[in-house]
Amino acid sequence: MYSKEVMDHFMNPRNVGEMPDADGVGTEGNPVCGDMMKLFIKVKDNRIEDAKFQTFGCGAAIAVSSMITEMIKGKTLEEAMAISKEQVASALGGLPPQKMHCSNLGADALRKAIDNYRQKQASGTE
Amino acid sequence: MECYFDHVATTPLRPEVLNAMMPYFREEFGNPLSIYPLGTTAREAVESAREQVAALINAKNAEIIFTSSGAEANNFALRGIAFARQHEGKHIIVTRMEHHSILNSARFLEKMGFTATYLPPDKYGLIDPEAVKKAIIDETILISVIDASPEVGTIEPIREIAAIARERNITLHTDAVASVGNIPVDVKELGVDLLSMSAHQFNGPKGAGALYLREGQRIIPLIFGGIQEGGRRAGTENVSAIVGMGRAAEISKAELPLRVENIRQLRDRLIKDIMKIEDVHFTGHPEKRLPGHASFCVEYIEGEGMLLMLAAKGIYVASGSACTSKALKSSPVLLSMGIPTHVAHGSVVFTLGADNTEEQIEYALEEFPQIIKRLRELSPFAKGWGDMEEGGTCIPKK
Repeated sequence: MYSKEVMDHFMNPRNVGEMPDADGVGTEGNPVCGDMMKLFIKVKDNRIEDAKFQTFGCGAAIAVSSMITEMIKGKTLEEAMAISKEQVASALGGLPPQKMHCSNLGADALRKAIDNYRQKQASGTE
Repeated sequence: MECYFDHVATTPLRPEVLNAMMPYFREEFGNPLSIYPLGTTAREAVESAREQVAALINAKNAEIIFTSSGAEANNFALRGIAFARQHEGKHIIVTRMEHHSILNSARFLEKMGFTATYLPPDKYGLIDPEAVKKAIIDETILISVIDASPEVGTIEPIREIAAIARERNITLHTDAVASVGNIPVDVKELGVDLLSMSAHQFNGPKGAGALYLREGQRIIPLIFGGIQEGGRRAGTENVSAIVGMGRAAEISKAELPLRVENIRQLRDRLIKDIMKIEDVHFTGHPEKRLPGHASFCVEYIEGEGMLLMLAAKGIYVASGSACTSKALKSSPVLLSMGIPTHVAHGSVVFTLGADNTEEQIEYALEEFPQIIKRLRELSPFAKGWGDMEEGGTCIPKK
C-alpha cells in the first residue's frame, strides 16, 4: 500500500529525536486523533541549520515527518515556509488517498515551528 | 521466519480440503438441480457437506443454509427475522461488540422503520445478560449477540442470554464466525435460534458460509430466486466451496480438542511475555476468550507502525487502530469497552492457529519488544502522555 520511499523513511527515519536547544518548536495533531508531530529547528542567519522530529502516528505520518526534516535542512525560512503538503507527498512517491491528511501534519508542524522561532526573535529571548 | 498470527482475518486452506474440492471445479461440474448423474453427484456432494457442517455444531442437516460468507449469513439473519416477525413488533437488540455486518444491518433496519438498542459491554467486552433482559420491551422480536469477539477474543454468555430470549419468545441469533471451528460450538447447548459461520475461519475456502436456522423458525429470504437451500437462499450452489467447508468442518470436529489445548499453550506463553513490557494493556477477558486470541494496547505508539515493522520481520498481525482502518476510525469495540481513544490507537491483535509453532512464538517474542522500543523512541510520548493536548485539534481526515 505504501511506496518504496514511504517504507524507506518509515523503516529508517532520518533526524529522529528531541533537540533541547532548538530555536523553534512546532507541535501539530493530538494523540486522540491518531497522529501528533513535534518538529524542532535550529536556525542560523535565517537558514534552517538542523531539524529533528518526534512523531506518534502511522507509517505515513512517520515517513512525512522524516521527509520534511530532510527537505527543510539548508533552506531559508521563507523557502521552508513555501513547502506545500503536496510537495512532501510527492517527494515520498505519493501517499494512499486515505493517508493524504498525514502530509498536513508535516507542513503544519513546520509552520508552527517557524512561527515559534519568529515569536522568540520578536520578544528578544534569543 | 514467516509467522502468520492473523487467523482472525483468515486461515490457510488445508491441503485435504483443497483435494476434496478439486473434482468439483472440472470433472464434477454439474448443477445440483440437474436430474442426470452429473447433477446428482453435485447434489450428493452438497448434501454430504451439509451433514458435515451440521455435525460440527450439533444441528440437523435441514437446519443448515449455505451462504456466500459469514457477512451474508449475518445480513440474512437480521433482515430475514426482522421482516418475518415485524407484525409482532419492530424492536431489535444488538450489542456494541458486533461485526459491521450486524451493526450495518441493524442501522438499515432502523431506516426501514425498526428501532434498535445497542448494548454496551463491560471493560472485558462482556455483555451482561441482565442488561439484555432490561432492554427487552413488548415490541422486541430479535436479539443478536456475537458468540466470540474477533477483536478482543471475549466469549459472550450466549446460553444465559438464550434463556432470557426464550422466556420472552424472542428470536436469538449469534454471530459465531470467529468461534465455529475454533472452539466447540453446540447450537442445542447454546439454545440459539440462528447462528452464523464462515468456512475460511477454520481452514476452509473463502466464499462459503452458513446460517444455522432452528427447525420451525420462519425467515424471509435475502436472495430471491430458485428453490436452492429449500427456497431460502437462491442461486446455484458454489459446490466446490461448499464441499471444502464440509471437509474443513469434519477436520475441525476431529482435531478440535487437541488443537485448542496446543494453541492455548502457545497463546498463554505469548501473553505472559508481552505483558512484561511496560505500559502494555491486555484487552478482552482473561479467561472467557478464544484459545488462540491475544490482544493488547501498547501505549505511546500507534498500531499501524507496529504492523508494518512486524511485517518487515515476517510477522503478520492485526490492529484495531484508526490508521490501519480505511475509515480511519478506532475500533468501536475497544472504545465501547472504555479504552481511551489515544490508547486504542496502540491496538495490536495476535491470533494463533493450528499451523503455528513454539519457534514462531519465540521469534515473535524476540522481535516485538524491540519494535515497541524503536517506535517509542520516535514518539513524543516516550516519557508518558504528559502534554498530549499541546498540538491542538485534529487535522481533518478527508
